[in-house]
Amino acid sequence: MLSLHDGALDVPTLLKEWYEEEARSNYGAYIPFVGTVRSEDGIDGLSFDLYEPILESWFASWQEKAKAKGAKIKMAHSKGDVMLHESSYIAAVFSPKRRVALEFIDEFVEDFKKSAPIWKYDLKNGQRIYAKDRSTAISGSGLLA
Amino acid sequence: MVRVEFLGPIQKEALELDINNLNELAKILQKDEEVKEWLESCAVALNDTLVTSLEAPLKDGDKISLLPPVCGG
Repeated sequence: MLSLHDGALDVPTLLKEWYEEEARSNYGAYIPFVGTVRSEDGIDGLSFDLYEPILESWFASWQEKAKAKGAKIKMAHSKGDVMLHESSYIAAVFSPKRRVALEFIDEFVEDFKKSAPIWKYDLKNGQRIYAKDRSTAISGSGLLA
Repeated sequence: MVRVEFLGPIQKEALELDINNLNELAKILQKDEEVKEWLESCAVALNDTLVTSLEAPLKDGDKISLLPPVCGG
């Protein structure tokens, strides 16, 4: 399940909803990762653009990988502005045993960072500045160069 | 016509081009002052699927997207 939200994520509500959705699914492990906007370099917050068609197909491919291991992924991400100490990203893996979920959340979040079509901007002094130095070119980039 | 969209931080309006393949698009964009600096770091999608070859034929109504470097989370 992929859910996209305008602005900051309501972390307690999402974690509770996900817990309750799977409470009787016989998963032995529920491992969430919550990303929080930190104060650094004088930013007031972050802002995000998403491209939903490819984000959805990317997520669906990971859900298939999870399914092959008897696991399930849930992910929520913000669109637009998210201020300091708020959350813009939650990913969670449910699996029968903890080892699969621990390894899978690591692989999933790493690929998320490299592949998910999401663009980050720093909010600073009233400006929205693309976080170019922290961004990664998607595999296969440069085809038209 | 083929629609070419520039995603995320690339500040450029979509183009409508009469082209037959991605090689033709590459030649056009390499001459575009607003876009050429992005080409080295952009992935390319055809109808919302990432592509790895310039040879794919294009047809009327196709959508091409340029995806600059990403940073979710």
